[in-house]
Amino acid sequence: MIDISVHKKLQSTSGTINLDVDFHISNGKLLTLYGKSGAGKTTILKIIAGLLKPDRGSISVNGNIWFDEKRNINLKTQKRNIGFVFQEYSLFPNMSVKENLIFALSKAQDIKIVNDLIEIIDLGDLQSRDPNTLSGGQKQRVALARTLVQRPEILLLDEPLSALDDEMRIRLQQYILKVHKEFNLTTILISHDISEIIKMSDYLMELDHGKIVSQGTPKEMFMFNADSKEIQLSGEIITIERHGKDARVTVLLGRDLINISTDFETVKALKPGEKIRITSTHFNPVIQKMK
Amino acid sequence: MMDWNPLILTFKLALITTVLLFMISIPLSYWLAYTKSKIKPVMETLVSMPLVLPPTVLGFYLLIAFSPSNAFGSWLDTWLGLKLVFSFEGLVIASVIYSLPFMVHPIQSGFSNLSPTLKEASYVLGKSKIKTLNKVLLPNIKSSLLTGIVLSFAHTVGEFGVILMIGGNIPGKTKVASIAIYDEVESLNYTVANNYSMILFAITFIILFLVYLLNGGYLKKIK
Repeated sequence: MIDISVHKKLQSTSGTINLDVDFHISNGKLLTLYGKSGAGKTTILKIIAGLLKPDRGSISVNGNIWFDEKRNINLKTQKRNIGFVFQEYSLFPNMSVKENLIFALSKAQDIKIVNDLIEIIDLGDLQSRDPNTLSGGQKQRVALARTLVQRPEILLLDEPLSALDDEMRIRLQQYILKVHKEFNLTTILISHDISEIIKMSDYLMELDHGKIVSQGTPKEMFMFNADSKEIQLSGEIITIERHGKDARVTVLLGRDLINISTDFETVKALKPGEKIRITSTHFNPVIQKMK
Repeated sequence: MMDWNPLILTFKLALITTVLLFMISIPLSYWLAYTKSKIKPVMETLVSMPLVLPPTVLGFYLLIAFSPSNAFGSWLDTWLGLKLVFSFEGLVIASVIYSLPFMVHPIQSGFSNLSPTLKEASYVLGKSKIKTLNKVLLPNIKSSLLTGIVLSFAHTVGEFGVILMIGGNIPGKTKVASIAIYDEVESLNYTVANNYSMILFAITFIILFLVYLLNGGYLKKIK
């Protein structure tokens, strides 16, 4: 169980943000943080890792205190049993893939874990390669393997998949879920991708300006029941065209564009780029396999 | 007959200065690159001063400071047995100060240009600051280290004003090649002056040329 209650004043491009969060995660769960950039998500991970020091508060992991401002405890990053995969690639360019993993071994550790991880994350063909010759997805796989060498209890993933294409993303999601279960990790993931969040998380929190603004399981946060013949969809406005009293709104739903004709009055306050919710009653779906 | 002593002395001075500077500059550059301390601008200014200060000014103050008739100079003499005025040891210390920016600047910018995640990733893997420095940071700024070493070496070879002020012109002790050239020209021995000059010209050209070859990756392409 990780207990976090921290406060930190942050200077960001949009001014000062007071990061103020209080939450806990049970062991073995995967928590996702999402929200606009600059909301303080990365800062939370860095605070847990000990790379940033909060102004006030405390962090405890399974009863061990990692940070307590009142008692002046601040465990060094090196002493915190964590894994961290960064958004940017963080492989050491002066070492080969396997050397990167070997570097991560602690003094008394057997090299067996390195070979096991190479197996689990399918790095066999890559192990003697130079990190600069790898693709983005391969680099993140190596980074994931490297951070697991020391058998961390907690895995922190700072948008590790955001720079990857869809196919690579899906493969890496599977690797992350695999090691999350196999190594019995407590994982905190930062992600912007709704389908990724729904697929991977046990629990999620939305952050805005340093505060948790909503939280729940993916079902609670994103599901709605279509049983009542009512459907709710969320999407993004692409264009609004006015035709006299009427308006034609083009909305992006996932990867589909739809046109909705409506009364201009109801949409005149909206602008392209805004997120909207569409509700429809008398929803009568016909389900067919895609051709 | 050409006296080789000034040339030997020049390269001995440059070598010792470079080795000392390398050892001093790694911790200093590391600190400058990563500190958030308020005195950083003061330190950066001090390190860079020799770039703009006339060498004679630096030499003059060192001469005053090291003079045995002053408190610091006599303290050095009594307690450490060091005479830094008109001695080779004095030249080494003056050269270290004078060439400091040429070693610190490339190494500092090497550290600053490295992605901060490299350092953080190493800490997260439980590696100490020292191990991170030795195994991760330094190996990834090799070209900056090489640039620093070569620039400080070449700059020390080219020193004149500081040496003349603090070392004078004592054959075998402080008469380095640049001083010897000046000396020979004064006595109208243009042939000897030309010999010294040609050797310095050739050696510094070769050193810098090798650095550009190495840092530009030209040698790797051939391989």
